Amino acid sequence: MKVKHHLILTLGTALLLVSCGQQNQSSNGALSSSAAEKVYVAPGEQDEFYAFLSGGYSGNLTVYGLPSGRMFKEIPVFSQFPTSGYGYSEETIPMLNTSHGFVPWDDLHHPDISQTNGELDGRWIFVNGNNTPRIARVDLSTFETAEIIEVPNSAGNHSSSFITENTEYVVAGTRFAVPVPQRDMSISEYKGNFKGALTFISVDPEHGHMAIKFQLLMPGFNYDLSHPGRGKSHGWFFFTTYNTEEANTLLEVNASQNDKDFIAAINWKKIEEYVNNGGGTKMPANYAHNVYDEHSHTGTTTMKDEVLTVDPTKVPGAVFFLPTPKSPHGCDVDPTGQYIIGNGKLSADLTVHSFDKMIAAIEGEKFDGEAYGIPILKFEDVLAGQVKSGGLGPLHTEFDGKGNAYTTFFISSEVVKWQLGTWEVIDRKPTYYSVGHLMIPGGNSRKPFGKYVVAMNKITKDRYLPTGPEMEHSAQIYDISGDKMELIYDFPTHGEPHYAAGCPADLLTANSRKIYRLDENRHPYAVTTADGSKVVRDGNEVHVYMSTIRSHFTPDNIEGIKVGDKVYFHITNHEQDFDVPHGFSILGQNTSELLIMPGQTKTSVWEPKQVGVWPFYCTDFCSALHQEMQGYVRVSPANSNIELKWSLGE
Amino acid sequence: MKKASILMIVGPLFLLGLYVFPLWNIMLGAPQYPDPLGLNIHINGLRGVSEFDIQNIDGLNHYIGMHTLPKVEDMWEFSTFPIIIGIMVGLGVLIGILGFLGKLSYKWFLGWFALMSLMGILGMYDFNEWLVDYGTNLDPNAIMKLTNPDGTPMTYKPPLLGHVKMLNFDVTSLPATGGWLMFLGMMLTLAAGYFGWKSKKNKT
Repeated sequence: MKVKHHLILTLGTALLLVSCGQQNQSSNGALSSSAAEKVYVAPGEQDEFYAFLSGGYSGNLTVYGLPSGRMFKEIPVFSQFPTSGYGYSEETIPMLNTSHGFVPWDDLHHPDISQTNGELDGRWIFVNGNNTPRIARVDLSTFETAEIIEVPNSAGNHSSSFITENTEYVVAGTRFAVPVPQRDMSISEYKGNFKGALTFISVDPEHGHMAIKFQLLMPGFNYDLSHPGRGKSHGWFFFTTYNTEEANTLLEVNASQNDKDFIAAINWKKIEEYVNNGGGTKMPANYAHNVYDEHSHTGTTTMKDEVLTVDPTKVPGAVFFLPTPKSPHGCDVDPTGQYIIGNGKLSADLTVHSFDKMIAAIEGEKFDGEAYGIPILKFEDVLAGQVKSGGLGPLHTEFDGKGNAYTTFFISSEVVKWQLGTWEVIDRKPTYYSVGHLMIPGGNSRKPFGKYVVAMNKITKDRYLPTGPEMEHSAQIYDISGDKMELIYDFPTHGEPHYAAGCPADLLTANSRKIYRLDENRHPYAVTTADGSKVVRDGNEVHVYMSTIRSHFTPDNIEGIKVGDKVYFHITNHEQDFDVPHGFSILGQNTSELLIMPGQTKTSVWEPKQVGVWPFYCTDFCSALHQEMQGYVRVSPANSNIELKWSLGE
Repeated sequence: MKKASILMIVGPLFLLGLYVFPLWNIMLGAPQYPDPLGLNIHINGLRGVSEFDIQNIDGLNHYIGMHTLPKVEDMWEFSTFPIIIGIMVGLGVLIGILGFLGKLSYKWFLGWFALMSLMGILGMYDFNEWLVDYGTNLDPNAIMKLTNPDGTPMTYKPPLLGHVKMLNFDVTSLPATGGWLMFLGMMLTLAAGYFGWKSKKNKT
């Protein structure tokens, strides 16, 4: 034991010496043996929590384990993903359809796990596409994208995709005010003419299917972030705003002039009732609704042509503005639903509003004027307290369920722990560097699991081995089980995480699918029996009904294909064994490979341009005979009379 | 003798468990199968421990040229065994009742036990014959033809009882619930014979 201590001391000294002149000794805390024990998940052991980190501009969602920081999966959502063929296969191309056509990328933000009674239920996770406004639902039994709905009349879908406490709605607010409906008009006429749409998308409690219930057409501010009320404030939704100046140019100056912007408090239950009683105005719209069917393994796009809009001034008592200083960014609600936190990103302080005070002020009709017909409450009447943090640039706050809140400060690069009610700062720890979001598993619910907080940083610089000018972002894990936060780990993340959601592992592990059942495969081109393979010509379209099992394709020799044909390889994986995917690629494929899970069918289109005999092969090392899993397609000139034939083992 | 006869009535009834529970179980674990594949041997057919285990065992075994696991119609045993067990249960219970009524002596109890044991041994012999065939009657065109260190072709007979390491697989073969219930039932009939003998001895 003594020897070990000496060793650690010597090592520590050596590292100190090595890092001399490289600053920040505080990061050596992570080298202490107790920190190592806290994050060490031994080989064969599993993590305590799942963490779903948004991929930002990667367009995808990444799955990590806590406390190890190990990445388990990248779930393709808004971006084409050649690894699996998502967005390339015929089945998944429809998932990326929009009213602007096929949009193969987005900027994915703000994962939120479905809830029941304000607690995580682990059925689905919702994420938003920021650029071409979309909301996606990822199924947490398959860890695949199940549905994507486009949000019309929105632009910069940023105050999204947060859910109400029984997953009644997933909410999508617009960051950019735009003309509604879109039209050709002068940009300088923005003020007073543009609108900010806040969209409430209902979620079917059984299947999770999304449908736009209504759009609230708010004044043309920028709706930055949002969170639902919970507990006593269930039925309300809160949105931060900036650019209440309604500037349309040089916003960094012009949108920072008002001392206070607003948090918009929306009584969505009241609006829901108004809409259910026939309120609202139907407006022509054009947006895509893409649903993936797990049994046909196929996504389908339906274009919708109408949306129900609501004028907030037509529903008295439903919408109020809470003045909040300094262009607030994050809008967070504590687990009890009592406190609404505005993270004034251009200030040192946090503003905390009281739900009870807000209700009292509304009932007392103590208004401080109005904006576009929407009553403004008096700042002092709704204020619960201010956190004098001493930090700079607060962005986001999460909660540990023990009466504490944790706020990130971008400019001063730190996480600050403070107490709800007393507003006292308890602890602060630096982040490396310039933290954006943070996440405590369940930290945005009635029941947080306050053991770890993950800080997701915007700047990496020297944290890892250099990889040229472009590098992954860094994240830190802090143990928050004690009074003081303890930095225990540091790991790179993929893309740029904008928020994350976490939950205890056992909420999901039991439901995680191992295979798709072949006997439930309803794909129209599936081959579900060993002898069902065939090749069918329909004009210049050729459909290959192909099956795979360790380790061969059926068929593996195909002749009679001609230059100019459009060949659809419909490949069904006949395996019913956990973790035995097969891949498919063919020389000259203009799309990507396919990775086909057991029981699944996927389709790749191949348009051969050259005469010859072209090989295809399995890309996933499936067995000891994986290397032999290959075949040939003979491509003849367009005018040839070679008969279509196919075989295996002849 | 009444006590012995009751045991003789109850004992054979335990064999009815064979219609519900597997007689035998073979588990196959490997590094890449942390959740082992499993084969339950019922008197009326083979079933996977998990739904797709049989398909997956067959899939793996085809590399080394083993035949697929037999379906119900492939082996006469699967249609005959349920009938034999049914007859033996009926016979045992009948002997017990007649013993209870004082029509038969305890020797019949031991007779039933002896007959059942003989059938059990024959059954095990038959089962072992199948295991030998399954593990050695290999496809000459097998993908992988492995040899033992002495140059003889490697065979893959699963153990009748116990554990064997076979290539990357740990194969464990043990009686399962139905088998244990049968064993327990037979022991009860043996006890019935013993108590019958003891009461006879006490009377004389």
